[in-house]
Amino acid sequence: MPLLKFTPAGIYCPQADIYIDPWKKVNKAIITHAHADHSRWGMKHYLAHPLSIPVMRLRLGSDISVQAVEYNQKLLINGVEISLHPAGHIPGSAQVRVSYKGETWVASGDYKVEDDGLSTAFEPVKCNTFITECTFGLPVYKWKPQKEIFNEMNGWWRTNQSNGISTIVTAYSLGKAQRLLQNLDPSIGKIYTHGAVENTNEVMREAGIHLNETIRITKETTKKELVGNMIIAPPSALNTPWMNKFKPLSDGIASGWMMLRGTRRRRAADRGFALSDHADWPGLLSAIKATGAENVITTHGYTNVFSRYLNEIGINSVEEKTLFTGESIDEADDEKVKEEEAI
Amino acid sequence: MKDFATLFTALDQTNSTLKKVETLAQYFNKSEDQDKLWTIAILSHRRPKRTVKTTLLREWAAQESGIPLWLFEEAHHTVGDLAEAIALVVPESKKSQDHSLSYWIDQIISLGKEEEETKRKAIVSAWLQMDTAERFVFNKLITGGFRMGVSQKLMTRALSKHTEIDESELAHRLMGDWSPQKITFEELILTKDEKADLSKPYPFYLAYAIEGKVDDLGKPNEWFAERKWDGIRGQVIIRDNQVFTWSRGEELVTDRFPEFQSFASDLPNGTVLDGEIIPFKDGKPLPFGLLQKRIGRKTVGKKLLADVPIHLIAYDLLEFEGKDIRAYHHTERRSLLEKLVKSNPSDRLLLSDLIDFTHWNQLTEIRETSRANFCEGLMLKRKSAGYQVGRKKGDWWKWKVDPLVIDAVMIYAQRGHGRRANMYTDFTFAVWDKDRLVPFTKAYSGLTDAEMRKVDAFVKKNTIERFGPVRSVTPELVFEIAFEGINASSRHKSGVALRFPRINRWRLDKPKEEANTLEDLMSMLSQYEG
Repeated sequence: MPLLKFTPAGIYCPQADIYIDPWKKVNKAIITHAHADHSRWGMKHYLAHPLSIPVMRLRLGSDISVQAVEYNQKLLINGVEISLHPAGHIPGSAQVRVSYKGETWVASGDYKVEDDGLSTAFEPVKCNTFITECTFGLPVYKWKPQKEIFNEMNGWWRTNQSNGISTIVTAYSLGKAQRLLQNLDPSIGKIYTHGAVENTNEVMREAGIHLNETIRITKETTKKELVGNMIIAPPSALNTPWMNKFKPLSDGIASGWMMLRGTRRRRAADRGFALSDHADWPGLLSAIKATGAENVITTHGYTNVFSRYLNEIGINSVEEKTLFTGESIDEADDEKVKEEEAI
Repeated sequence: MKDFATLFTALDQTNSTLKKVETLAQYFNKSEDQDKLWTIAILSHRRPKRTVKTTLLREWAAQESGIPLWLFEEAHHTVGDLAEAIALVVPESKKSQDHSLSYWIDQIISLGKEEEETKRKAIVSAWLQMDTAERFVFNKLITGGFRMGVSQKLMTRALSKHTEIDESELAHRLMGDWSPQKITFEELILTKDEKADLSKPYPFYLAYAIEGKVDDLGKPNEWFAERKWDGIRGQVIIRDNQVFTWSRGEELVTDRFPEFQSFASDLPNGTVLDGEIIPFKDGKPLPFGLLQKRIGRKTVGKKLLADVPIHLIAYDLLEFEGKDIRAYHHTERRSLLEKLVKSNPSDRLLLSDLIDFTHWNQLTEIRETSRANFCEGLMLKRKSAGYQVGRKKGDWWKWKVDPLVIDAVMIYAQRGHGRRANMYTDFTFAVWDKDRLVPFTKAYSGLTDAEMRKVDAFVKKNTIERFGPVRSVTPELVFEIAFEGINASSRHKSGVALRFPRINRWRLDKPKEEANTLEDLMSMLSQYEG
C-alpha cells in the first residue's frame, strides 16, 4: 500500500486516515496553505500552520475545527509521523512530510525557492517520493530576482506619480498582495488597498505579521487623494467600474504569466511584472534534486511535459490529476474554485 | 539595438495610438539615418531575406539551453512565438553589446552565404551578449512576422512628425520596391524626386465595411454602386511603355500576370488603373481557388495561362496622361476611365459596371444576387469623393453578402499564437457523416476573451489524446462556423475547402447531435461552388 494515494476526494494517507488539501468533504484534512484551491470548506477537522489559520477562519468561517501545527513539530498518528515544513509560497505555507516504517513522502503544496522576505523561506526535505506542483514547469519560466522586479515597479510608480496619475497593481489578495506591500517603496507615496486585500492584511497583522501601512479604499475615497499613490487590488478588480472611477491611472499585473508577451497583450494592462509565488523552472529542478527523491509525482501545471523531462534525466516521475490550479491568470483565485465546483 | 528593443518594449506597453506615435517620433528624432530607414522598412513589412533556417534556430536554442529538442518545442508552442521562446530559454547573457540595429541586420544579411557552423557561432554569440528584449527583436529580424502594434499609417504619422513632411506625401514615397540596402534615408524620405521611380504605385484607398443600415448613407443619387469582385485588388501602371502590377500588399507582382503586358501597347503611357485582378472566362469570373492556385506558382505555365485567364476589372483611374488625378471627384475619374477603356480596347481589360438604382431597397435586392454573380457583395462609393490614402471612413463602403454558416462540433484543439498564446484557441471542426464526425475546417477567430477562457478550460479538462501540440477533445461543444465560399477539394478528407472560415458564435443551445452533416455541406457545395 502506498503511503499516500490519489483518491477522488484528494491526496490520502490510508495508514493515518488523513487527507492533504482534499477537494471533497472528509473527516480530517491537513492544509498546506490557505489559498482557495488548497483550503476548501466542509472538512470536519483541519490541521494547519498557525499563520494559515486566521485566513482560513476568514474564508471558511470562524467556527471551523482547526488544530495548529508548527513547522517541524512532529505528530504521530497511528504510527505515521507527520510534520509541516516551510514552502516559501505565502505566510504559513507548508510542505507536508509523511513518514512510516522508514519510508518518507513529501507533498509540496505550492512553493517557491526564492526568499521573499515575508514567508518563511523554503526548506528542502529529504524523502523517497516527492509530490510536486509544476505550475511553471517549462524552461521559458525563469524569474528575475525580486529586487530587480521591485526596482522596476517602484520606478514605474515614480514615473506615474510625476505624470500626475495613480498606479494600480493587481495581485492575489492572499500572499502576493502582502509581498508587494513589503517591497514597494513607501517613501514614494501612500499605499491604498482594495477591501479584499485589506481584509487579509488585517488578519495577518492580528496574527503578528508586520506589514507596511495601508489605507483601505472605501466609498468615500476620492480620485484626487489617490493621485500619485499606489493601489493594490485583486486580479478580479482589473477594468471594473470600481477601478475605472480612479482614472487616470496606469495599471500593472503581478503574475508569473506576465513572462509571456502573449499573456501580457491578452490582459492589455500597461505593465506586466513576472512575479510569482511559485517555483520557476530552475527552482523546481533544484528543489526536486535537493529532496533526493527517487520518485516524483507531478500534480498541477505542465505535468506531462515536466514528468517526461524528469524521466529523461533519470528521476522516476508520473503525473496525477488533482483539482489544484496553481497560479491562474485569467480568473481571480476565488472564482476558479467556484467554477470547478460547478463542473 | 538597445534603442530599438526599448522602442519595441515601449510600443508593446501601451494601447494608446497617440502614445505610440509620440514614442516612435522620439525614436526617429534620436536615431541614426540607417537605423531609421531599417525601422521604417520593418514597420512596412520589408525585412531582410531569411538567411538562417528556423529549424536550425530551434536546434541551437535547445543546445545552448541544455534541453532536449522536444522540450524546446513544447515551450515554443506554449509561448506561441519562436523568437520569444528562444529569447526566454537561452541562458542569461553574461556580456552586453552596444551595436546599432543596422549593425545587427548587416550581420544577419552577411550570414547568407556562410557555412552552417559559421552561422551557428554568429547567432549563438549574438544571443549570449543580448538581454531578453534585445534577443527577441534580433530573432524577429531573422524569422520575420514582426508585429509591433504600429500600422503603416501610424508609422507614417510619426515619420511626418519627425520630418515635417506631409503624411500622404510620405506614404507615396514609402511605396514600391525599395530596400535599405540600396537606398539611403536621405534619398528615400527627404529628397523630393521629380522623376519618381517609374514603377512607383499610389497608396491604395481602402473601404470599411458598412455599419448599420444602407439608408443612413443619404441620397442614393450621391453614390455609385458596383459589384464587389472576388479577386485580388491590384494597381496596374503603364509608364514609359512598361507595365507594372502591384498587389494591395504592396508587392510587385508583374511577373505573375504576363497577360497584362499587352497593356503596354494597348494603353497610353501615364496611365494608372485600380481594379480587381481576376480569372474571367466565358463572360464570368472563375472561382477564387483557381486564382490562388496561380498565385502560388512561381512560374506560370501555358496550360495554367489558358485555364485560368487573368483579367483586370478596372474601377478607378488614378493617373491619366501622366497626371495624378486622385483629387478629382469620382464622377470625373469615372468618366475618364470609361473613355479610356472604350477608346483603347484591350483583351484583358474590363470595366467594372455601375449598377443602376434609384432606391436603396433596389440595391438590397441586387445584393442578394451576389453569390449567383460570383461576387462578394457590393461596393458603394461617393460620387463627389477624391481617391484617398489608406483606410478612411466615409466615402467608400463595402457591403458584403451575409456569410454562409454551418454548425459544427469541435474535435481538435491547438494553442494559439500572439495574444492567444498558451491557450487552446485554434480548433478543428467536424460535421456528421451518419454516426461519424468528419473534420472539414479549422478556425481560430471569433470568440470573445471570456468565451476563449471557457473553451480553453474545457479543452484542458477534456483532452483525449495528445499528438505533439494538438489535442483531441471530447466532442461536445458546437460552434457556428461562418465562411465566404465553398469549393470541392481532393486534399481534404471531407471533400470540401472553405473560404475564410471563422467562428461566428458558440451554440451553447445545441447538443452535438444537432450539428450539421456532411450532406448539408455537399448541398451547399452544389449550390454555391465558385
